[in-house]
Amino acid sequence: MRGRVSTRAVVLGGLAVALVLAGVVSRFASSEPDGLTKVSEDHGFAGAGKQHDGLVAYGGMSGLVGAVVVLAIVAVAVHLLRRRRATEDSEPEREPESV
Amino acid sequence: MHVPDGFLDAPTSVATGVVAAVGIGIALRGARRELDDRTAPLAGLVATFVFATQMLNFPVASGTSGHLLGGALAAVLVGPSTGLLCMAVVFLVQCLLFADGGITALGTNISLMGIVTVVVGWAVFRGAQAVLPKRVSMVAPAAAAAALVSVPVASMVFVALYAAGGTVDIPLGQLTTAMVGVHTLIGIGEAAITFLAVGSIVAVRPDLVYGARRVLAARTLQIRESVR
Repeated sequence: MRGRVSTRAVVLGGLAVALVLAGVVSRFASSEPDGLTKVSEDHGFAGAGKQHDGLVAYGGMSGLVGAVVVLAIVAVAVHLLRRRRATEDSEPEREPESV
Repeated sequence: MHVPDGFLDAPTSVATGVVAAVGIGIALRGARRELDDRTAPLAGLVATFVFATQMLNFPVASGTSGHLLGGALAAVLVGPSTGLLCMAVVFLVQCLLFADGGITALGTNISLMGIVTVVVGWAVFRGAQAVLPKRVSMVAPAAAAAALVSVPVASMVFVALYAAGGTVDIPLGQLTTAMVGVHTLIGIGEAAITFLAVGSIVAVRPDLVYGARRVLAARTLQIRESVR
């Protein structure tokens, strides 16, 4: 196919966008309460909410850390799910992807 | 719409926990069918993009912000089962690492912002595809429509959960109006982001987009027939 962008380029380009959003653009996000938080404040049930301690505090590099952790978990899960599928189907010929 | 600990009582939280567990179980089976050489590379990207974009709160009304939920986006890009797994990982990491969403509310958040937006988003997307012309250019608009509807529906499901097990007694009519009102506005932002994200990938590699497959298959058949 003419000038087809490779799967690798799409994924790496998309990840670059996501990491810039998490690491840089997120600093300019609105700090106003979100929809549910605001409604809970206006309607008198915000006080029922309890905050627990996270392992990492939001801010600084935390967006990047979280994004990388999410990516790692999903990559491992996809690998395991596909390996199981391959053993169960035991199909010898799989269409090779022309990347 | 991240629900903290304490908004919903224990029985409701346990019930949504069961719903989330069953949903993830079904998604694990379904994802093995969806994950082929095209969807598998995209799954990590979708989860990372949803996580990143959920940090980007945009202003919606006076003193209120909203962010992408992402269920419709994930379902269209990688399929509803894989999409739900991506969403569940995002909520797990947000809850454990960043205390965004309560620990006892993790099942609620996966059900509300994961299962509801994925299922509603996928249903609206398929409905829109049935009505709209069978063209690749219609995939992003159909995804945007799915995103637009998914957010207020999720807010209605929150109200239903609150009606069942809210810890503070408040008038439910006012809660419904407030929740659906603000989340309809957030839904417009959700639709815009979903349109851009799905549209970008459809523009370069429509074959990688799970929701575009039927249209692409139909197109190939038409070309073959006209060649004959």
